[in-house]
Amino acid sequence: MANLNLLIVDDEPGIRSGIRRILSNFSVDFPFLEEEFVFSIEEAGSGEDAINIIDNNSIDIVLLDNKLPGMDGIEVLEYINKKQIDCSVMMITSYASLDLAIKATNNGAYNFVPKPFTPQELKTSIEGITKNLYLRRMTKQLNTVGKQIRFQFLSVLSHELKSPINAIEGYLRIMEERQVGNNLDDYEMMIQRSLERIRGMRSLIMDMLDLTRLESGKKARDVKKLDLAELMRISKDTMSPMAIQKNIKILINANPDEINFMGDQQEIEIIFNNLVSNAVKYNKENGEVVCTLEEGDSSVKIAVSDTGIGMSEEDLPKLFQDFVRIKNEKTKAISGTGLGLSIMKKIVEEVYHGTVQVESVVDQGTTFTVVIPKINLPV
Amino acid sequence: METLKNKTVLIADDDIDILTQLNLQCTNLGMKVLTAETQHEAEEIIEKTKPDIAIFDLMMDNRDSGFILSYKLKKKYPDVPVIIVTAVTADTGMIFGEDFNEEKSWIKADLYLEKGLRPEQLQSEMKRLLKL
Repeated sequence: MANLNLLIVDDEPGIRSGIRRILSNFSVDFPFLEEEFVFSIEEAGSGEDAINIIDNNSIDIVLLDNKLPGMDGIEVLEYINKKQIDCSVMMITSYASLDLAIKATNNGAYNFVPKPFTPQELKTSIEGITKNLYLRRMTKQLNTVGKQIRFQFLSVLSHELKSPINAIEGYLRIMEERQVGNNLDDYEMMIQRSLERIRGMRSLIMDMLDLTRLESGKKARDVKKLDLAELMRISKDTMSPMAIQKNIKILINANPDEINFMGDQQEIEIIFNNLVSNAVKYNKENGEVVCTLEEGDSSVKIAVSDTGIGMSEEDLPKLFQDFVRIKNEKTKAISGTGLGLSIMKKIVEEVYHGTVQVESVVDQGTTFTVVIPKINLPV
Repeated sequence: METLKNKTVLIADDDIDILTQLNLQCTNLGMKVLTAETQHEAEEIIEKTKPDIAIFDLMMDNRDSGFILSYKLKKKYPDVPVIIVTAVTADTGMIFGEDFNEEKSWIKADLYLEKGLRPEQLQSEMKRLLKL
């Protein structure tokens, strides 16, 4: 169990004790976290007191009223930013104006909760801010680890590159100083060894370039004319073994029969395979998957419908987030990484400047609609 | 003035080209040369033979092979000077700084040289260490 230090800054003692009471037995945990967070509470009745506490304690979360007797909440927020204190701030105030909300958010407040709030509203906000804080710190930590690995990689690399240079330089000096006499034949071995070391160094550099290309994720794209209807048929074949197990029929309606499109086949296959595999995975026994492809003047519309378990209205917004999977009785037996839809959405939106829409009715089915423009393709 | 002639030098380096070059330089000075390509080979030589001076590469089988060899050689023959040659000081930020005397007490090498040293430099350093 991890402890977070939470500071309440409000000039009304009643609000402070109220928040303290609400959070006293409250803990936050997320499916993706191993740890459960509980809160130690500090209180400040003024901005000046708040700064004093922030300076002398490690505060993780600040609940900050804006209207305070001396310096106001925004000034406290500015101080936190100026000093680059690693904490998340949530504004709480009865003066909930849009101006203030914008100013606070510009200054790095995580969000803004108007007073009065219910205990549940406060708890929901605290959950959000805890998640934000955790992810922010985790990202920072991963970046630091990344830098260390990078430094280790570079120091090993520079040693590997320096060794052949030292060897070649050594041979050249021996030759320069004619250390074994004036007969060129006596230097043959040194020339051959130098050439060998240069070859080794060249292949090291080539490997390193490949690795860098892989790591940066910029693998070479192969954009060419594709037939989307054909690629959908390939996806159907790929997913058929899974569909047969549940006796699910996959139908393809393409209009026209051949839809030409400039794109990278691997990327399109990722999009189609994700759509079809989800439609099969979240379907019912003896269900149906209908893939409709329609070519318009400037875009292509791909819709994949299933007759499956569907999703509730609240679940829809979570659908495309990394590592998020909708969890309930009906989905618990279905496996997945939680990355498929978010990767698909990234490819559709960032690479093809298209859109993804989803409509769903619980127990009736889900339809994903992808629209990709035929122009504006990065080549 | 005495020369390095007929003195025995033990050279350990896992880079065959550097080993060849040091071997040539020392042979040209009239020295008897014993070479080892691994820490283990060098340890075997130390078991059987007492060299007059030793030159060890720092990173061989282990990241600190040079230090280990230096320690073992000095344990057996405390009077034999040891030169550690390395290409890594600048890359790894490894610096023998203010605590040098303390480090020296356990590292037990007499001299640290960057790789790429000139024959004259090597010759004069060996002469100095052998008090010739």
